[in-house]
Amino acid sequence: MSNPLADMDKPDVIFCIGTNMTECHPVAATRIKRAVAQGAKLIVADPRRIALAEMADIYLPLRVGSDVALLLGMAHVIAREGLMDEDFVAARTTEGRDFVEHVLEYPPEWAESITGVDAKLIAEAARWYAKAERGAIYYTLGITEHICGVDNVQSLCNLALMTGNVGREGTGINPMRGQNNIQGAGDSGALPNNYPGFQDVLDPAYQAKFAAAYGREVDLELGPTKVTALDMCGDRIRAMIINGENTVVTDPDREHCEHALRSLDHLVVIDIFLTETAQLADVVLPATAWAETDGVCSNTERRVQRLRKAVDPPGEAKPDWWCVSRIAQRMGLKGFEFESAKQVFNELCSLSPIYAGLDWDVIEHGEYHWPVPERGHPGTPILHQGEFENGRGIFQLIRYRDPAETISEEYPIWLTTGRRLPAYHTRTQTGRAAGIEYLLSEERLEMHPTDVSKWGLEDGGWAMMSSPRGEVRIKVEANDRSPPGTVFASFSFNDVPVNFLTGGGYDPITHTAELKVCPVRVEPV
Amino acid sequence: MSDNSGNGTGFDFEITLDGEKVGVRRGESLYEVSERHRKEIPTLCYDPRLEAFGGCRLCIVELDGARNPVASCTMRAEPGMRITTRSARLDMHRRVLMEMVASENRDMDVDPLSGYASQEMAVLLDRYDARTGRFAGARSGRSRPDDDNPFILRDYENCISCYRCVRVCAEQEGDYAISVMNRGFETQITTEFEGLLGDSACTFCGQCVQTCPTGALADIKALANADVPGETEKTRTVCPYCGVGCAVDLMSRGDKLIGVQPAMDGPANEGALCVKGQFAFDFVQHPDRLAYPMVRGEDGELHETDWDTALDRAAAGFTAAVENHGRHSVYGVASGRAPHEAAYMMQRFIRGAFGTNQIDNCSRA
Repeated sequence: MSNPLADMDKPDVIFCIGTNMTECHPVAATRIKRAVAQGAKLIVADPRRIALAEMADIYLPLRVGSDVALLLGMAHVIAREGLMDEDFVAARTTEGRDFVEHVLEYPPEWAESITGVDAKLIAEAARWYAKAERGAIYYTLGITEHICGVDNVQSLCNLALMTGNVGREGTGINPMRGQNNIQGAGDSGALPNNYPGFQDVLDPAYQAKFAAAYGREVDLELGPTKVTALDMCGDRIRAMIINGENTVVTDPDREHCEHALRSLDHLVVIDIFLTETAQLADVVLPATAWAETDGVCSNTERRVQRLRKAVDPPGEAKPDWWCVSRIAQRMGLKGFEFESAKQVFNELCSLSPIYAGLDWDVIEHGEYHWPVPERGHPGTPILHQGEFENGRGIFQLIRYRDPAETISEEYPIWLTTGRRLPAYHTRTQTGRAAGIEYLLSEERLEMHPTDVSKWGLEDGGWAMMSSPRGEVRIKVEANDRSPPGTVFASFSFNDVPVNFLTGGGYDPITHTAELKVCPVRVEPV
Repeated sequence: MSDNSGNGTGFDFEITLDGEKVGVRRGESLYEVSERHRKEIPTLCYDPRLEAFGGCRLCIVELDGARNPVASCTMRAEPGMRITTRSARLDMHRRVLMEMVASENRDMDVDPLSGYASQEMAVLLDRYDARTGRFAGARSGRSRPDDDNPFILRDYENCISCYRCVRVCAEQEGDYAISVMNRGFETQITTEFEGLLGDSACTFCGQCVQTCPTGALADIKALANADVPGETEKTRTVCPYCGVGCAVDLMSRGDKLIGVQPAMDGPANEGALCVKGQFAFDFVQHPDRLAYPMVRGEDGELHETDWDTALDRAAAGFTAAVENHGRHSVYGVASGRAPHEAAYMMQRFIRGAFGTNQIDNCSRA
C-alpha cells in the first residue's frame, strides 16, 4: 500500500475495485465501514454484489476482466470535463498530454459496451473520485489475477496521477496483500528479478554487491518466474525446493502442475503438513509453524513486525531458515552458519537499503513502515510524498484486451474465483481449526437463480463444471450475489479442485495467472 | 486541534483534578483527562475504542457547582472545571451500583479465558467490597444454550446490559448483527428475530466476546482449555492469515496453545480481529503436523527418518542436479506464509549456492 491502514478512514471518496475486503481482509474492511459511517463516499467495482457493494454509494457491476475499459472510461470523463489536477500533473508527472489524447478516444459509452456498466454511473464515479479532496484506491487480486493485471494496476495509477490522489494522507494506490508475509517474501529477495530490498538483478552495481556478499559470481540475467519454471520442469529444471506452498492446489491448471513436479529428478518440500505438494516430494522437511517460530513479517502497509514463539514445535520440526541453511552446509557450502532468526534478519537488513535503519531489536514494537533508509529514520508510512522514487510519475497508454479465453457456445458462463471469509486458501490451516466447518463445510458454486433454471440445475443439487482443461463436480447454490452469466467458486476445497479448470492465460510481465476469469460450462449430473 | 495557547504543551486549557491543575485538549471527556493522570476511575460500559455511553454510572465524579455527581465519560471537560474523582460519597455510590449490577447476574466470577475484559466486573466487586448479596432478587437476561455455534458462548444470565457488545459490533465492526431488546429486567441482547448468531449478520470476529466485562459472552474455544494445567502465558505475535498484520496475544499453558486474544494496542488492528485470527489458531497443534523428516524409499513411499539422513539426501539431490544438468537446473520457491528469514534464506541458498536468480515466491498464484 502506498498509504497506511490508519489512513483508511480519512478519504472522502473511496474507490474499491477487485477487492472483496470484508471476506479477505476483514479487519481492514472495518476501517472502510467506519469511513462510510462518517460520511465518506464509497465506489465499488466488482462483478459480484459483494458486501462492500451493498454498502456502496455507486456500485459498478462490471463484467469479469473488463477493468481496463472501465478505468479508461473514467479517465476519459476526468480529462473531458477538466477535472484533472493540472498542478500535480505539471509538477510531478510526464506523458500527460499523450495520455489525455489517448483516453479521449474512450468515452464511457464505449466502456459501457465492454463492461456492461451504465455509462452514466461510470461518469459519476469518475467525477466523485476526481473531485475528492482525498480519494483513495484499494484493490486486491481482482485487479492482478488477469492476463492484463499490470495494465489494470497501471490504469489505476493513471487515475491517481491525473487527479493528484497520491502522496498525501488518505489517498494513494493501495493493494491489499493476501498472505501474512507475501510482502516480506518480496522484501527479502525471493524474486527472480530482485535481490533483497528490490535491488534490480540486472544492475551491475547490485550484482557486484551480492557477488561480494555471497562470495560467488552471480548470474547477470533474470531468473524465470515460478510459472515459467514449472513449464521447464523435467527439461531445464531438474531439482526444486518448495517452502510452505501447496503449489498443486493453489496454482492454475492443476494437472499441468502435478505433471511438472512429478517430472523432476529431485523435489524437496519444507512444510508443516503433508500437503498434496509434499506428497510428491523426495524429501519432506518438517517446519516449525506460526506460534512456534521467532521471526519477522511485513504487512500490506509495509509495516515490519516481529513474530514470536509461544510453544515448542512437534517432534523435531525446525524453522524453515534452519532447514535451508543446513542443506547448504551439507552441500559443503560456506556462509550458511546461521544460528538464530535474529542473525538471519540482521544480515538481510545489512544488505537491503529499505531496511538499512532496521534490525531485530529496532522492530521490537512494530512501529516502522519501510523504507527506513538509515538508523533513526522514522519510517515511511506514506510513499511518494514530494516525489516519486524514479522522479516523475509516468502516464501509461493502456488499451483494453479481452481475457485469454472468452465465453463461447461451448463454454458460455464466466467463472470467477476467490476466497470466502472462514476459509483460507487450501484450508491446510483453517480446515484443521475446530469449529470453522460450522461456518463453511463444503464448496458451492454461487450461481444466479435465473441461471440455475436456465441450465436445468437445482439449488443444492450437483453439477459438473468444465473448462478446456478439466471438469469438477460441485454443488450449486442459487444466489444473486453473482450476476446472470457469471458464477463464483473458491479454490479452498481439495474435493472441488477448481484450479483444474483455471489457467487459460497469464499476464505477460508478472506471469500471474488469470484466475479471475475462466469460461466454463455447467451441466446437471 | 490543539492551539498550543499559553504554555506550548499541546493543551488547550486547564481544569482542577483532585486539587491539581492539569492540561486538557479541547473535546476530551473528564474521564479521558483523569485516565491520563491514572485516577483509575471505575467503569463497566466503557471501551476506549467506542463512543462514550454513560450507561453504568460507575465513572461518576464530583463536579464543583453540580448538585449530583456526573458521569465522567460523557461529560466534556470545560475550562476551569474542578472535579474530584475519589470521595466517601463517590465510593458509597459506586459500591451500591456494583451491588445492584451484581445482583442481576448468576455468576460473580468467570474464567479469565472467557475473554480479554472478562474480569472487569469481578475486579470492581472486590475493589468496592460489593459481594454483599444485598439486592438478591430479579435477574435480567436469558442465556441461549440453544445457540450451537462453536465460538461464542451466549450466557446472558451474566449480562449487565452495558451494551459494549452491541456497540463494538456496530461501531468497530460495522456489522450490526446484534441489538438490544426490551428494557429494565427484561433487557435482552439479541439478533434479528431472536435467532442464532449463525443466522444473523454475525461474522464471528469475536469482538463482542473480548469487550464483555462479565464473561456473559465468552470464547468457547479458549474455555475448552480451562482444565489444561499451568499458568496462562501471553505471547505477542502477528496473525498468520491475510496481509493486514493484526497483532495478537497467543495464550498458552506449558506447550499447549489455548487461545488468542487481540492486541488492543496492535498497530495495524487496534484490537480488531476476524474469525480466522480469533478462532482458527489450533491448526498449529493438529495431529496431522509433520514432526519428523521424511524421505522417499525404494518402495516409492515416504518414510520418517532422522535429520542427518534427510539433509544428506536433500543436499545430494541438488549436487547431482548441478553435476548432471548444470546449476540452472535447480529452482527455489519461497513462502509468503513463512517469516522473512525463510524467504531470505531460500534466495540466499539459490543465489549463494548456484549463483542464479532461479527463485520466486508464491505471490503469482
